[in-house]
Amino acid sequence: MFKHFIRLQWKAFFRSASFKTEIWFKILMAIGALYFILVFLSLGVGAYFIIEKSGLGDPLRVVNQFLIYYLVADLYMRYMLQKMPVLNIRPLLYLPVSKASVVRFSLGKTVLSFFNISHAFFFVPFSVVLLIKGYPAASVISWHLACLALIFTNNFLNILINNVDRIFYPLIAVLALLGIAQYYGWFDVTAYTAPVFDLFYDQPWTAVLPWLLLGAAMWGAFSYFKKHMYLDAGLATKKSVGKTEDYTWLNRFGNLGTFLKNDIKLIKRNKRSKTTVLMSVLFIFYGLLFFTGGLEVYESPVWRIFAGIFVSGGFLFSFGQYVPSWDSSYYPLMMSQNIQYREYLSSKWWLIVIATGISTVLAAFYLYFGWEAYLAVLVGAVYNIGINSYLVLWGGAYIKTPIDLTSNKKAFGDKQAFNVKTLLLTIPKLLLPLLVYWLGAFFLGDTAGFILVALVGVLGFAFKERVFRMIEKIYKKEKYKTLLAYKQKA
Amino acid sequence: MIHAENLTKKYGSQTVLDIESLEIPKGQSFGLVGNNGAGKTTLFSLLLDLIEPTTGSITSNGVPVRNSEAWKPFTSAFIDETFLIGYLTPEEYFYFIGELRGQSRADVDALLSGFTDFFHGEILGQKKYLRDLSKGNQKKVGIVATFIGSPEVVILDEPFANLDPTTQIRLKKIIRELAAQREVTVLVSSHDLIHVTEVCQRIVVLEKGKIVRDIETTPETLQELELFFAGETP
Repeated sequence: MFKHFIRLQWKAFFRSASFKTEIWFKILMAIGALYFILVFLSLGVGAYFIIEKSGLGDPLRVVNQFLIYYLVADLYMRYMLQKMPVLNIRPLLYLPVSKASVVRFSLGKTVLSFFNISHAFFFVPFSVVLLIKGYPAASVISWHLACLALIFTNNFLNILINNVDRIFYPLIAVLALLGIAQYYGWFDVTAYTAPVFDLFYDQPWTAVLPWLLLGAAMWGAFSYFKKHMYLDAGLATKKSVGKTEDYTWLNRFGNLGTFLKNDIKLIKRNKRSKTTVLMSVLFIFYGLLFFTGGLEVYESPVWRIFAGIFVSGGFLFSFGQYVPSWDSSYYPLMMSQNIQYREYLSSKWWLIVIATGISTVLAAFYLYFGWEAYLAVLVGAVYNIGINSYLVLWGGAYIKTPIDLTSNKKAFGDKQAFNVKTLLLTIPKLLLPLLVYWLGAFFLGDTAGFILVALVGVLGFAFKERVFRMIEKIYKKEKYKTLLAYKQKA
Repeated sequence: MIHAENLTKKYGSQTVLDIESLEIPKGQSFGLVGNNGAGKTTLFSLLLDLIEPTTGSITSNGVPVRNSEAWKPFTSAFIDETFLIGYLTPEEYFYFIGELRGQSRADVDALLSGFTDFFHGEILGQKKYLRDLSKGNQKKVGIVATFIGSPEVVILDEPFANLDPTTQIRLKKIIRELAAQREVTVLVSSHDLIHVTEVCQRIVVLEKGKIVRDIETTPETLQELELFFAGETP
């Protein structure tokens, strides 16, 4: 029976639409993955020496002290990002397969998740270093096994928590409070948890305890799922109460208003878009890294332009670059309704422009760091409106990954949302203004650099009609391919 | 109204549609029948410029659909659920389509009031988004939305599928009334021979992408079609 399941999984993976990208993108992605593996490996190996050098004490004890936060952070990441195994169960329900084995398989599948395996990059090299450094083998191994069990316990806890929001947020609130308390030295929770983790090392036999815990979590998840394996219970999709909204104040903008209304609803009522917009708000604070002088490498004025573009362009980058994809689930309607391509594109353009404007106003607090900081934001905004708004729309014509508006868990990690193509398209949007500024500043001085970048933006604005005609042409050319790509739901 | 010439669509070596010539006059109610894979949806998608023909062209009211967007104002269609916007309530969806077609809110409300029976109290004022409606109710919304803004060409792909018997009967009445208006050309596809023969003045049978029958509907049509699909006529 398991053989069948595994074969299904194999096919699901290799036949997914997003897997079929061009070969050189695959190579790039492989290089990227390799890079991260190396980084994590060196972190695992290096952790011991870093802690030793910084004089915090015995590296193992230090790790044990913070292990509780590590585990909590892991649980948090899982909750936000890890996909639940229930999604593919539906077609199996009525087949002659026992419920127990379906549940076992779905849960078993999560064990192989990236969220579990990634920890090996830290724990394995760290333990190896401990062994080399002459720590007693039995103790290190028992400690290692205990940690392994705890990570997997998190895996199953997450499955349980995911179904009950009530548990999750209070838990996070309590832990955040504990963290703050520790930071200010009011109360140190690690004083109570560290001895527990130390125990796994000091008394090897106690490593059995986390394994018992793991067993309990597994059993809990298993019986929960088995009990709730009905379409209207555990497998039901959550429904929200619909509310008809008018936004009549947008009517004065004619057809543009119609689209804007729709886009506001799109953003408000779908998980995925809500997350994206929240992310774009975070971009506003990105400039703090540059303007507070927190990082020395970012002191150079060229980086100010870089920051300015990101601060005002958060929405442009996070929402704008997926422009036609937001409408992917009803693209045929948009293509056959009484909508001229030009109107559709210009409504999206206006949305981006308005959001850039709002971000720029919100970013006024950068004035606190001097007028030059805010000037960089303003110049960035002009460039974003004048040039980058076209570039994202243009790039959007080639990004043909359909977006599932209702699921949030893919907003960051999924390759569907974050592909190398979108990354590559970001480069000209960022490098060009840096180059322009650098040229201006090099030959004529800092202020001239700012003016030059702004001028390029204004120039782009002047060519709006022309550029739109070109983008429209590209969209029309790509239309059929886009429609076809959106048809394959990921 | 609609004219197709040398229209073919091929995927690789497989021909899914091959129509030498097809003329649909204005005001006709046109039925398209055929088995799965006969090319019904392909033809409709070509009409709406959603896919590219391999050869040939379609004009709608003199407008070549591939080169101009001028056919959009007088054409409306419901092919499948990709014509619905899942995160809108039915009302919002109707108003959205209405605004795109230059209809005021009052116009849309007036039109909708004529469909109270058809909606059977399950569509309006339900506090549900379209994505949470049942398949049948989604279909009702999609079909009614095509009537907004008095289009001259209405294209409905499999409108009877997924509907309950009462709604099917009501829909037939609606389509017949629509077709009775001289200026509206209605294109309907279906697997259900009884429904199309009741609703359409002309029926075209597609088989493997080719037109194999093109009949004016008469009382004998149903029988003729049944014999054809039973494989008893050459």
